[in-house]
Amino acid sequence: MSLRIPSGMSRRHFLSHVSAGGAAALGATSFLSHLEAHAADVQKAQKACILIWLGGGAPTIDMWDLKPGSKNGGEFKPIATAGDRDLQICEHLPELAKVMDNMSVVRSMSTREADHNRGTYFMHTAYVPNPTVVHPTFGSVVSYELAPKRKELEIPAFISIGGGGMDPGFLGMAHAPFVVDAQGRIQNADMGSDLARLNQRLQMLEAVEDSFIRSNRGDIGKAHKEVYQKARELMTSEQMAAFRVEQERPEVRQAYGSTGFGNMLIMARRLVQTGVPFVEVRNPNGWDLHNDVFDSLRTTHLPQLDKGIAGLVNDLKAHGLFENTVVVCMGEFGRTPRINQNVGRDHWAQSWSVLIGGGGLAGGRAIGKTDADGIRIESDSYLPNDLWATVAHALRIPLDTVHQSKNGRPMRIANGGTPIKDLIS
Amino acid sequence: MRTVATPVRAMIAAALLVSSAGAAQKSSTFTTGSNDPVIQKINEFIRTGWEENEVRPSPVADDAEWLRRVSLDLVGQIPDSATVEAFLADKDPAKRSALIERLLEDPRHVRNQTTVWANILVGRNAPDRTSRPGLEKFLRESFARNRPWNEIVFDLMTAEGHFEENGAVNFLLGQLQGNPNDEEYAVEATARATRILLGMQVQCTQCHDHPFNDWKQNQFWEFNSFLRQVRRRDVDRYDAASGQMVDDYSELVRRDYQGPVYFETRQGLMKVAYPKYFEQELESRGQTDRRQQLADLMAKNDPNHQVARAFVNRMWGHYFGYGFTRPVDDMGPHNPPSHPELLDWLTEEFVRSGYDIKQLTRWITNSEAYNLTSQFNPGNEIDNPSVGETPLFSRMYVKTLTVEQLYESLLIATNAEQSGQVGYEEAQRQRREWTRDFMRIFGGNDDDEPTLFSGTIPQALLLMNGDLVRQATSVESGGFLAAVLNSPRFKSDAARVQALYVSALGRIPSRVEYGKIEKVMKLNPNRAAAYQDLYWALLNSNEFVLNH
Repeated sequence: MSLRIPSGMSRRHFLSHVSAGGAAALGATSFLSHLEAHAADVQKAQKACILIWLGGGAPTIDMWDLKPGSKNGGEFKPIATAGDRDLQICEHLPELAKVMDNMSVVRSMSTREADHNRGTYFMHTAYVPNPTVVHPTFGSVVSYELAPKRKELEIPAFISIGGGGMDPGFLGMAHAPFVVDAQGRIQNADMGSDLARLNQRLQMLEAVEDSFIRSNRGDIGKAHKEVYQKARELMTSEQMAAFRVEQERPEVRQAYGSTGFGNMLIMARRLVQTGVPFVEVRNPNGWDLHNDVFDSLRTTHLPQLDKGIAGLVNDLKAHGLFENTVVVCMGEFGRTPRINQNVGRDHWAQSWSVLIGGGGLAGGRAIGKTDADGIRIESDSYLPNDLWATVAHALRIPLDTVHQSKNGRPMRIANGGTPIKDLIS
Repeated sequence: MRTVATPVRAMIAAALLVSSAGAAQKSSTFTTGSNDPVIQKINEFIRTGWEENEVRPSPVADDAEWLRRVSLDLVGQIPDSATVEAFLADKDPAKRSALIERLLEDPRHVRNQTTVWANILVGRNAPDRTSRPGLEKFLRESFARNRPWNEIVFDLMTAEGHFEENGAVNFLLGQLQGNPNDEEYAVEATARATRILLGMQVQCTQCHDHPFNDWKQNQFWEFNSFLRQVRRRDVDRYDAASGQMVDDYSELVRRDYQGPVYFETRQGLMKVAYPKYFEQELESRGQTDRRQQLADLMAKNDPNHQVARAFVNRMWGHYFGYGFTRPVDDMGPHNPPSHPELLDWLTEEFVRSGYDIKQLTRWITNSEAYNLTSQFNPGNEIDNPSVGETPLFSRMYVKTLTVEQLYESLLIATNAEQSGQVGYEEAQRQRREWTRDFMRIFGGNDDDEPTLFSGTIPQALLLMNGDLVRQATSVESGGFLAAVLNSPRFKSDAARVQALYVSALGRIPSRVEYGKIEKVMKLNPNRAAAYQDLYWALLNSNEFVLNH
């Protein structure tokens, strides 16, 4: 008989658990019941990452790194938070302030790409665009590394909620983001008739496909069949309930702010609970605020973000998932410290902030420092490489992992970045 | 299986064949009906490879298998039912070469080549402020006139001007982003031009000498120095509706540059590189037009014919799924080709033909190897490049349909008899929507090897439940299924099942297959629904999405 190693654990990790639990002294039967009793814990111990994407580039100077007293300071005041004394954030993020002992802000991102497409690519992949190779977005990397270890997962390992996905690049379409809309609807998942009909059709498909599979043309015909099996599994899986946010009690939805964005975050939590290792949530607001930045932030963008993320942190904690789930919130760049003539801010990649926490990372910290006008960095600065290396570290993906591009070039995970020390110690 | 060689042609061919005693003589000499000696010579080179590796080639593909393949490869879609029926009934022993001639003159061939090359040159998702339609127009006009490949290359390398008026500019335009005075400005253009047009991957040498081949870092910057005299110019215009400036057009313009370029080695040393094409050095001072000179060298004065060699290799790869090198655009001393003599010789013949693309296509598709079945036989199981073996072309390799081929083929399999049922505008709108869905869900990587099957769940779902297949399998009147079910032409279940097979898979089902189908159909009391399920299964089958 073979012992199934709980997925999400390496064999060595598993064995160390076994010996730590003194399993050597137990008989096989009691050992197995021990495993069953802890099955729920194993599920919780699965690592995951939720990326909250602020498309367009958020004015982080008005959110996470305010500059009162500077001509660049804008209209908002900083407030104290549950985190460290120097971790003050915007007054329009009051709910989040209460849980900031769990989350940290990296204030010294410096990422050089201030074009939407290039910045989006860079922040998702840790590589700058290159015409000879398409780098995988980090969710695809996580899917590639962790999906094979989660045999019980019947839905894809990388799910993108609420919009266009990024490219899996040389890791292949099997690790492409599985895109659902804000309501969790999957395109084409509904065949428009009942399960009996689906089964009839698949029976017919088997009769048709069989002759090609037997025609001695290699494995390609069979590979096709396996994809259809997975599609069928998905269409009929009970895990699809993870997309059904309406199953949550109204109180839960209220706790996330009762907004579309809040519901997307609830869906993310449900997916993580099901074992999905990477979820990207596209914030539905546009953050490319060249005009009227303060009005937009005050009236729509920040209140939704505030309640949503605070709700997510509290809810993950209530479900015992927070310690294993990294939450990252960012866009493709920050926005200019200087306020333009339209009371807006333009693209700015030199000095900006990212919100990150959970998954065992340090909370409550302000990491890195910008000058009084928010223009220059006065500490170590960080790249997406370092950010994703930090996430990889938290997900227990070894940092010496190397993938190979289609043309044979070795590609280090997170482009060889180093985990941000103040987040992991 | 039908053999298509006439005795007379076979004799001529046999006389041309430099015969070597051994295995090859057992099978009769193959011909499609064309007696071009170049084709016989290709066959000879390939046969030598079989003999040296002691493999027995698979038999010649039957007419249905071959017709579907050549249609997908030349015109980008499966043959419709009428074409299949006519070809199977045709008794002319030279019908394969005749069909190739017809397809080469078919406007769909130009369209197909345009799609294939636009994908290679700028990708399915063209970079920002690059006009894929502009490039397509240039390619369409070039392929329609069968312009020599070296002339097309010359234009791609030297074009200047507006991205829609002179579509050839888009190849370089797509790779030029950012600040023209930046040292890195032409890096992407250098990497892409050398990879695609010369079949050389020098991109690693931007930063260091290549770890496992002979390319040196200076070579990258020597190529790069040719592309310093060009930059993009983006023109915006005021949009009254939004009150903002919006993209108007882009163009490729000359940029003042003279002298060498400087680059830094990993050790931090500054080095200098002069414009140099392999061993031929150019004047680096003054305002010599370097792009013009580079294009001259590439397209007209290269003793190694690297442009021709790269094209021959890529086209061979297009038709067989594997080129002579793997990948097709990484040629060089570190990556020896599978058939070096054939590649050399075919390159020379291609140059001698005046870089005649149609002629090269004719040679490849009329070759024996291209006409073999994709089934293994016990004598060639080692000929399996999908597990890393060197391709011997002793059978056809199975390719995955590209998204364009899949989409076009679905339209052929389903639209055939319902044209005129919806208005033109509505049909166009629907087509755009379907195309968008297919591109997004199947788009994937432009550089995937054609033999790679990377099916995903969203792709399966699109074909299982998507709008296009749903309409295709509708039994409403005016649709394909209704036409088959109600047609007096098809009198029995067997005839109707066959009609569906011919339409979707371009072939007649075997008796065993029909038996299996019949059994499943009988389980369903609703006859129309049973046919619907069969057609659904055919369109969703492995055989439909593969070119074999």
